[in-house]
Amino acid sequence: MKVNILMPSLSPTMEEGSLAKWYVKPGDRVQPGDILADIETDKALMEYESVEEGVVLELSIAEGSENVKINTPIAVIEVESISQNDSEIPPNDLIKDTQDDTKTAYEDQDINNNEKKQLISNEITHSELTEVNTNNITVREALNHAMAEEMRRDENVFIMGEEVGEYQGAYKVSQGLLEEFGPSRVIDTPITEHGFTGLGVGAAFTGLRPIVEFMTFNFALQAIDQIINSAAKTHYMSGGQITCPIVFRGPNGAAARVAAQHSQDFSSLYASIPGLKVIQPFSAADAKGLLKSAIRDNNPVIFLENEILYGKSFSAEENEEDLEPIGKAKILKTGSDVTIVSYGIGVMHALEAELKLNDMGIKAEVIDLRTIRPIDFDMIIGSVKKTNRCITVEESFPVCSVGSYIASQIMVKAFDHLDAPVISCTGKDVPMPYAENLEKAALITTDEIISSVKEVIYF
Amino acid sequence: MKKILEEEKTLISLYKKMLLIRRFEEKAGQLYGMGQIGGFCHLYIGQEAIVVGIDSITKNGDQTITSYRDHGHMLACGMDPKKVMAELTGKATGYSKGKGGSMHMFSKSKHFYGGHGIVAAQVPLGTGIAFANKYKKNGNICFTYFGEGAANQGQVYEAFNMASLWKLPVVFVIENNQYAMGTSIERSSSTDAMHARGIAFNIPGKEVNGMDVREVAKESLKASAHCRSGKGPYILEMKTYRYRGHSMSDPAKYRTREEVQKIKEEKDPIDNLRDLLIKNHNIIEKKFKDIDKEVKMSVTEAANFAVESPEPDISELWTDVYTN
Repeated sequence: MKVNILMPSLSPTMEEGSLAKWYVKPGDRVQPGDILADIETDKALMEYESVEEGVVLELSIAEGSENVKINTPIAVIEVESISQNDSEIPPNDLIKDTQDDTKTAYEDQDINNNEKKQLISNEITHSELTEVNTNNITVREALNHAMAEEMRRDENVFIMGEEVGEYQGAYKVSQGLLEEFGPSRVIDTPITEHGFTGLGVGAAFTGLRPIVEFMTFNFALQAIDQIINSAAKTHYMSGGQITCPIVFRGPNGAAARVAAQHSQDFSSLYASIPGLKVIQPFSAADAKGLLKSAIRDNNPVIFLENEILYGKSFSAEENEEDLEPIGKAKILKTGSDVTIVSYGIGVMHALEAELKLNDMGIKAEVIDLRTIRPIDFDMIIGSVKKTNRCITVEESFPVCSVGSYIASQIMVKAFDHLDAPVISCTGKDVPMPYAENLEKAALITTDEIISSVKEVIYF
Repeated sequence: MKKILEEEKTLISLYKKMLLIRRFEEKAGQLYGMGQIGGFCHLYIGQEAIVVGIDSITKNGDQTITSYRDHGHMLACGMDPKKVMAELTGKATGYSKGKGGSMHMFSKSKHFYGGHGIVAAQVPLGTGIAFANKYKKNGNICFTYFGEGAANQGQVYEAFNMASLWKLPVVFVIENNQYAMGTSIERSSSTDAMHARGIAFNIPGKEVNGMDVREVAKESLKASAHCRSGKGPYILEMKTYRYRGHSMSDPAKYRTREEVQKIKEEKDPIDNLRDLLIKNHNIIEKKFKDIDKEVKMSVTEAANFAVESPEPDISELWTDVYTN
């Protein structure tokens, strides 16, 4: 009986990977546990083991192939027949069914992703017309380059965190830094968030400029006392004597199917703390320019990244002196009917919504906040005075969200300009569920943005 | 070192510094009672030998970081009593312009990194300062103080592990004054051997009579030599006793008056050094009276300065939140 071996999914957000190496060839006999191939994703290189016992008939995907979608058949193995007694469903049928299902699902997903990618690259090209020489760069590369450039520029800059060095970064953001800067500046820490956060803050008090990577910001909850009570407040408590030039960075917000303890946007929590600056970029250029600014800033900066955005490509010019200003928002789309204020991955949904609204004849202005503290109210209020309507889009929980604060400030500063109440589109008021359909329902969607826009313009 | 600790000049200087802390704290207690000092105020009376003994062996550039019972540490490392007292009274002339108070004071020029109000938070911070010493190869040590109560916080062991793993120049000084607020060490700790808390991390530790300034100095010098030679951290458990309550608002129901009295009579670090000076160096009563007068004047001056200083300008509310 022939069994198709499929390209495996090796991480929550993996959509495709490379077939780096085959360990078997047609004619080889394999046992369960034998290594078939090395699969490389943008995050890691992993060995892929056989679960079948049989003989390799064919390798359908050549060694070195890139962008192989998950569930693509990569090899065929002839397995010994199992008697009908062992299984109620003939294995052949089972495999065929599964394959058909997943194939369809994967194709849908693929189209969806291509659409998104297309959309992102279109928008950025349009909004950055001044660029001449553009290259494609992922958010991951942008962050990596920002750190490397700043470490070359200032020897007081160092990075510490779990797996940042020899492992090359849990999400490969710090890839290559150990090789270039050595173990005294690229420091693998024990799993000790509270401890190494405090250690980083202490080092920053003396004038060093640590970049503390949290494998995800969920783990920073272990260290929240050192971030809030030590990093944010010491400058004030010392009457301005002690400064704390430190960057706390790492992925934040929902990734994919990692459930409640690993899926949460902490923007509003950190944004409520005086003494901290809070950044959450969307595009690669902003990720780079803002991270460089954050590293040079003399205050503690919370730099919130997003795992889903790490692999997204943007067209961006790379220039070592391109610093993006902290505290300045950016208009990504100009429009006259409604203002959509968003940040981080919310911007991706906002831009999708803007395209669809445009088809309905609604011109939306899309503002990417980029910095959550301080918020660029000048830009928001200026836009609202033009459009007279506003919705906010974010992944956070609804209670005391960034959007609710923006709404209150618009009410105070532009009440007479409002033609409708401000609506805040947020994640749902529940811990993130695991099940695929529930997770989708808990997150903000483009459709929710569109219906909120329709509501505020009485469409 | 042993020889220096026998010298009259050295001993007099240690005596004077301990007495300054004692009198300063008594005055702070008095000002608290008069409503001049607000909030929390944790006095160091009884523990003076520790900071004074350690300060006597530091090298220029060595840092100090501690908890909220911090007035003694600041005076020991040479900070101005006037500006410390002014901070206690929340005045513009204080070290933090009145914005930190008793628990949060700093002096970059004296390498004093606070003054931290969260129990044990200073332990990773001090370890980080030591990390920076190693990074900058400046040969300095960070003396990181905490109480035996703080020694039960998890972040202490996170810091121990990293300090030992990376051989950081940090001396962990555990000031074991027997009471974590109102809970005695027997009621809070599975073992009372604080100097042994580093065994699992391969950090050597030593129990020291923290009521004897000479022993403190001698053992601290050994600890600092260990650190400076690149061998990594060292733990000093200073056995001590605080005469006053945990803070000013402590009814002290957890121990008897007799217990406190007995320690004062038998182990007081200042009285014992005075006795030694009389016995071994024939210092006459007049000399102690002169010292007492000098210290009292300095403390009175500090108190007057603090009371008479203006409150911070209301505009200071908005300064120092961020730096440029």
